[in-house]
Amino acid sequence: MVVELGQFALILALMLAAAQAFFGLAGPALDRPRWLAAAPSAACGQFVFVALAVAVLVHAFVTDDFSVRYVAVNSNSALPLFYRVTALWGAHEGSMLLWILVLSVWTIAFVASARHLPAAFAARTLGILGVVSFCFLLFTLTTSNPFARLIPAAPDGNDLNPILQDPAFAVHPPILYMGYVGFSVSFALGCAAMIEGRRDQQWARWMRPWTVMAWAFLACGIALGSWWAYYELGWGGFWAWDPVENASFMPWLVGTALIHSLAVTEKRGLFKSWTLLLAVTAFSLSLVGTFLVRSGVLVSVHSFAADPSRGVFILALLAVMIGGALVLYAWRAPRMQSAVGFDLISRESFLLFNNILLVIAAAVVFGGTLAPLIADTLGLGALSVGPPYFNPSFLVPVLPMLALVAVGMHAHWRRGGLGDAGRPLLYALGVALLVGLGLTFGVFAHPLPLTPIGAVVGCWIILAALIDPIDRWRRHLPLPASVAGMSIGHIGLGVFVLGISFVQSNSIERDVALKPGQSVSVGAYQFRYDGGQSIDGPNYEGFRGQVSVTRNGSPVTVLHPEKRRYWVQGTVQTTAAIAPGVSRDLLAALGDDVGAGAWSLRLQYRPLIRLVWIGALIMALGGVTAVIGRRRRARAEERALAQHSALAPPDAAR
Amino acid sequence: MNRFLLPLAVFVLLLAVLLVGLRRAPDKSILPSPLIGKPAPQFTLPNLFDNTSPLQSDSLKGHWSLVNVWGTWCVECRAEHSVLLQIKQEARVPIIGIDWRDHDEDALSWLAQLGNPYQRVGTDHDGKVAIDWGVYGAPESFLIDPAGTVVYKHIGPLTMPVWQHEFLPRLSRPAGPGA
Amino acid sequence: MSRARAAGVLLWACLALVAAVPARPVDVTPPLPSAQLQQRYVRLTHELRCMQCQSESLADSQVDLAADLRRQVHDLLLAGDSDDQIRDYMVARYGEFILFRPRMSWRNAWLWGAPVFMMLVGVLVAWRVLRSRSRLADVEDAGADDAAGLP
Repeated sequence: MVVELGQFALILALMLAAAQAFFGLAGPALDRPRWLAAAPSAACGQFVFVALAVAVLVHAFVTDDFSVRYVAVNSNSALPLFYRVTALWGAHEGSMLLWILVLSVWTIAFVASARHLPAAFAARTLGILGVVSFCFLLFTLTTSNPFARLIPAAPDGNDLNPILQDPAFAVHPPILYMGYVGFSVSFALGCAAMIEGRRDQQWARWMRPWTVMAWAFLACGIALGSWWAYYELGWGGFWAWDPVENASFMPWLVGTALIHSLAVTEKRGLFKSWTLLLAVTAFSLSLVGTFLVRSGVLVSVHSFAADPSRGVFILALLAVMIGGALVLYAWRAPRMQSAVGFDLISRESFLLFNNILLVIAAAVVFGGTLAPLIADTLGLGALSVGPPYFNPSFLVPVLPMLALVAVGMHAHWRRGGLGDAGRPLLYALGVALLVGLGLTFGVFAHPLPLTPIGAVVGCWIILAALIDPIDRWRRHLPLPASVAGMSIGHIGLGVFVLGISFVQSNSIERDVALKPGQSVSVGAYQFRYDGGQSIDGPNYEGFRGQVSVTRNGSPVTVLHPEKRRYWVQGTVQTTAAIAPGVSRDLLAALGDDVGAGAWSLRLQYRPLIRLVWIGALIMALGGVTAVIGRRRRARAEERALAQHSALAPPDAAR
Repeated sequence: MNRFLLPLAVFVLLLAVLLVGLRRAPDKSILPSPLIGKPAPQFTLPNLFDNTSPLQSDSLKGHWSLVNVWGTWCVECRAEHSVLLQIKQEARVPIIGIDWRDHDEDALSWLAQLGNPYQRVGTDHDGKVAIDWGVYGAPESFLIDPAGTVVYKHIGPLTMPVWQHEFLPRLSRPAGPGA
Repeated sequence: MSRARAAGVLLWACLALVAAVPARPVDVTPPLPSAQLQQRYVRLTHELRCMQCQSESLADSQVDLAADLRRQVHDLLLAGDSDDQIRDYMVARYGEFILFRPRMSWRNAWLWGAPVFMMLVGVLVAWRVLRSRSRLADVEDAGADDAAGLP
């Protein structure tokens, strides 16, 4: 009985989403203030019912209600409580519900902070968000209902896939979705601007904080996913360019371009149509990505044959949402051209290069991901694309872009040149060359051809990002949060590049079979297998080995890799043991029991791998810094404006 | 005006590709096998029931055959077993089994218990023959024509609808390059 | 959709198909006699896809089919086959899909050429925009708040 309440709540949410869409779009169009005001209320109502539906499903999981098919397939009475809750997003239906929940969270966040926006514009934005909500709710209710009953109820559940029974898994999807779905606000704001046919660039100011927050969340989500795969799968890999990873990476790349493009639009009114197109594209990639990996469209690269009729439904929804936005773009963008100029070596031109290169990078990833499908459709045979394609192809646009970041950061707006920053940049390059080449040839030997380039560029970006803050500090000038945010973000990028460069070239991997007492050397470290013992867990049994690591005779760490067998599904899982460190990670994973007490092991040394994720987190931190600083500044300005409004004429230009 | 229509045009193209991709999905047996239209890979395997007369791939010639790769450890093979028995009843096409990476005693007792749909069974203990046939997940079933050419491959448990809609129609077509 | 979930689905696909593939432990493939052969072995097994866990390479995958195929690569290397011959062997049985790196061929030219082609288009676009904008570079000095440091 309670379960049907959840379904009913979703139906109500669907109706409220329709109301939100209708009132939000028709209100301003037909100039009805009452309808305008109804949109935010509909949005709040939608949130309430979606939250209710989620609460009902969580309750079903927690109380082991196996009459609900979704619970029966994804949970089990032996499953620890924490994972019974996170199993909510363990499979398709529940993750759709999570999508919808996150969308309504962003929606009411927008409602809460939209007071300073013109009412019509805010209403239109809500209207577009309502359309998106409606599409997702319709899809979920008709094809992916998480509340479907299983009659007769299962005596016990199938258990959550063991690979998903992990703390990082609990946070990864919600954070990722906060990113993905967050771009819907930028999308909606852009559509509203296009609907209104605005010739000014106010909307860019409003769009920026939402974009940056979504971007920061997505960066965290991707980093978390990569890190989770690294320690969960245990083979030392952290990025496989598989369709699911690419689906989250592409919106992030376009989102990065969008943030930078917004800066130009906000500042000089340029690139308006670019920016709008990027706003539409970022969210469109989120949508396409979300559906590509669950609709069965990529059947040819997946061993499950999914339901094609569901896929057609999705395509129809994509056509409505994305097609609609692109029609708006074709209609309105031409009138948004601006007539200002800029020099060849100016901030604008660097950001132009940045935009172009990031879009190409996203296009390369997109092409590679869809290549098997395209080849198959055009009858070009079965094609398969993996890291050996993506790694070099991705670098084609990205390497030039990274080389330009350090300089681009300091280029002046409109008129050319670097001004005062020219000399410090050269010094920074000098130091970067020293440090980068020193690391490459001195500390870590045997580089690949690209390693010194990556090392130098990474260092240069970090140093260049520090020039401005250091200069301000020396001149006792304040450091606005927006500048700090930019520096931090770019430092994060530099750190990431450093990490990637050395992980790629200097990782060492050894596959060996060892008897207890035998050891093998991996780089400068000695790994000794000490034997192991059987273990018992709450819903698994297995074997736990011990590997002692020493370096030049002195002990470094002891690793305990495990091999587990989960009773319910009978699946076997390897749990790698990782000794983390900023300068390097050491890994040990069990392979197979080869008899006579010996086990096959995979042992690895991975230098600077943590920098990959730390860099991403720093980037996200930069974004958050900029947004928070902005809000503080905006509030201060509002207060100042309110104080002066009676005394001075209204300020026309901003 | 032209270049602003470009994104929409690209999107429509993408939709078309995705739509075609979806439409073609049910036609393929998930991943096209490169063996279709080619002669069936040669093999000589020990006969499960008779160690003195091994199972030769040559024996597949001269009549239509259904080659089924299975194992007692495979849950889905158990699911398709009753369908195989039904096909045997129809007596239109003999079923040749390849017991993949299995123990002979297990296979014998399994067949004794559940019934034997196979005319003959070869045992592939080290998996080499399975690799030659491009097998990557049991059960897999191959339709071989009298000339010994692979006409069709189905991955996953065989069901009556698949047998009737995919295998039988091909039987009535003249022998030749794979459909 | 969540990466986690899909990584889970892919692994689950593999693990579920463990039910469809024998899952007894297998001997570790013995090392090859020469370092050069071993290097080729490592490279090839990283380039070939595990047909079951379809986003893992033969080198990384744990299932028995991967072990069988690794053994096959090992035997073919010992028999003196070249890298291309080994790839052909695998493709003949499993299709192009088994290769992680699409082959360089005229058919795949569009895929490999795409990044460079896009770069050329990008350069063209950048050039056109820069040309028209630098002509428009206006000389008014209003509102230059570079000093405020708005990025």
